[in-house]
Amino acid sequence: MKVLVCISHVPDTTSKINFTDNDTKFDTNGVQYVINPHDEYSLTRAMWLKENQGATVTVVNVGTVTTEPTLRKALAIGADDAIRVNAEPTDGFFVAKQLAEVVKNGGYDLVIAGRESLDYNGGMVPGILATILDYNFINACIGLEINGNNVTATREIDGGKEVLTTTLPAVIAGQKGIVEEKDLRIPNMRGIMTARTKPLTIVEPVAFENTTSTVNFEKPAAKGAVKLVDADNLAELVNLLHTEAKVI
Amino acid sequence: MAVLVFAESTDGKFKKTAFEVTSYGKKVAEQLGTNLVVLTVNATDTNSLYTYGAEKILKVSDDALATFNAKIYADVIKQAAANVNAVVVIIDSSSNGLYLAPLVAATLNAGLATNVVALPTSTSPFVVKRKAFSNKAFVNTSINTDIKVIGLAKNSFGLKENQVSGSEESFTPTKLLSGVTSSSIDKTTGKVTIADADIVVSAGRGLKGPENWGMIEELAEVLGAATACSKPVSDLGWRPHGEHVGQTGKPVTSNLYIAVGISGAIQHLAGVNSSKVKVVINTDPEAPFFKAADYGVVGDAFDVVPKFIEKLKEFKAQNS
Ligand SMILES: Cc1cc2nc3c(=O)[nH]c(=O)nc-3n(C[C@H](O)[C@H](O)[C@H](O)COP(=O)(O)OP(=O)(O)OC[C@H]3O[C@@H](n4cnc5c(N)ncnc54)[C@H](O)[C@@H]3O)c2cc1C
Ligand SMILES: Nc1ncnc2c1ncn2[C@@H]1O[C@H](COP(=O)(O)O)[C@@H](O)[C@H]1O
Repeated sequence: MKVLVCISHVPDTTSKINFTDNDTKFDTNGVQYVINPHDEYSLTRAMWLKENQGATVTVVNVGTVTTEPTLRKALAIGADDAIRVNAEPTDGFFVAKQLAEVVKNGGYDLVIAGRESLDYNGGMVPGILATILDYNFINACIGLEINGNNVTATREIDGGKEVLTTTLPAVIAGQKGIVEEKDLRIPNMRGIMTARTKPLTIVEPVAFENTTSTVNFEKPAAKGAVKLVDADNLAELVNLLHTEAKVI
Repeated sequence: MAVLVFAESTDGKFKKTAFEVTSYGKKVAEQLGTNLVVLTVNATDTNSLYTYGAEKILKVSDDALATFNAKIYADVIKQAAANVNAVVVIIDSSSNGLYLAPLVAATLNAGLATNVVALPTSTSPFVVKRKAFSNKAFVNTSINTDIKVIGLAKNSFGLKENQVSGSEESFTPTKLLSGVTSSSIDKTTGKVTIADADIVVSAGRGLKGPENWGMIEELAEVLGAATACSKPVSDLGWRPHGEHVGQTGKPVTSNLYIAVGISGAIQHLAGVNSSKVKVVINTDPEAPFFKAADYGVVGDAFDVVPKFIEKLKEFKAQNS
């Protein structure tokens, strides 16, 4: 089984979000980048397929040279090799198109991505990718078993879960639950050392016109100060929620 | 030309978000000087859509579509879009809506903006405002394709009554085969879900252990709210994973979010900040959550929550 894990390189949530050029560009100054958390769960799940089911695991990112440390981190966690499609990922459709080329050229039968990237929160790439490839697709996956060509996956739905069955080739969008928090892999020293010599292939993008473009960014309006209510006067809280906030 | 909205239903009944996307779609149609068409699949009370501005209803009734299947539903939406010559297609952000939107966009070769929170600020170019960076910013995105697909964020636009005298037409799409089959659905019944709740009551590690959740459940019951928790609480197994909210868990976009014994770490706030009103109960006046809250009580949950429940019960008794 050839598994491809899609890795999105995103600002750590604790980073300050700022914009430059009249709020038209994201300010990368001082921003700490990480593997998108959902992709980290998916990558760990792929490592189990490698260890228990003999899969090979490739990680891929569509991004500029600045994303290579993130790909190296994925290699340190245990992926066999990495591919970087050398392009600015400015549109979900564009990214999916690039990833589809990688999948076709590499003959991957299982693609595991994340539910959404924590930068643009699009939740777009896996579904578009699956459609372009005509692969089976399961979103918001919180459980995944592969048996030969058969896939059993659990998807999170509003108020519960749904078990779905499908076959390879498939695209899976994972999130926490595809593996548990305690199972997440952290790179160890040996992993970091071997990652340096693992192959990282750079491929050039195929032509595709963006379907969307960013006009500008806005910050949410500054929040007013919290209204504190005395712990001995909770009738006041009830009153405020009813008459002022109008939520009860 | 038309604006097409997909109004999702479960067991024949519309969800609140179906009325929200309809309300939104009507306004977009007005901006574009065109009509709103609403697609329904196996819904019963379609008349209710006229209240929110549905000028035309395309009604699909087909037992083979009884169980949601993203690929097949996306294809049905595509056929409906072709049928009415839709220039904008709008989908909600339920778990099914999130699954559908990229598939609809890809089959229509259309640009997609998800997490949209407001009406287009301009229709040519077509620019919508969407949430990004885990609620820490908004991005104005221009969709440049002929057909535009919008995923509307839950509870961002609200329900807007706009009574029209519309008409209904039955629609019989051809059905694709899908390689994905649903083998079982496991839903908690009789409980408000985080996705649909107007009020969410959430608790964190400050509660010390799972045995102390009785008062949280009681508070939720009094308010008709869903219960939720912080990530460590679900990782520790105190509460089920489905209750975990935040950046890596479920998003909360309710009208009221009550956080008990939750510090307000940035990853938690990232997922709950879109709630309109936030109340924080915490012993530590320095807890970061107070900075993001509208109302706060500095105090011990074991003292405050029971008193709060009591006052809410008194309020309910007077107002019912
Ligand atoms: C990549 C990543 C993703 C993450 N995603 C999420 C996420 O999606 N959701 C999430 O919640 N977290 C997430 N986290 C974890 C987050 O950083 C925090 O660790 C977590 O939110 C803390 O949970 P807590 O507030 O319940 O616990 P704590 O931080 O331990 O806070 C407990 C609070 O309870 C208060 N308290 C104690 N006793 C009482 C009492 N008797 N009465 C009232 N208050 C009391 C304390 O003052 C304190 O503020 C993520 C972390 C990372 C690194
Ligand atoms: N630039 C990218 N390179 C590789 N994979 C990506 C990229 N952007 C998104 N993905 C994958 O698609 C998932 C959903 O991302 P998004 O559609 O951007 O929210 C992510 O969790 C990744 O697995």
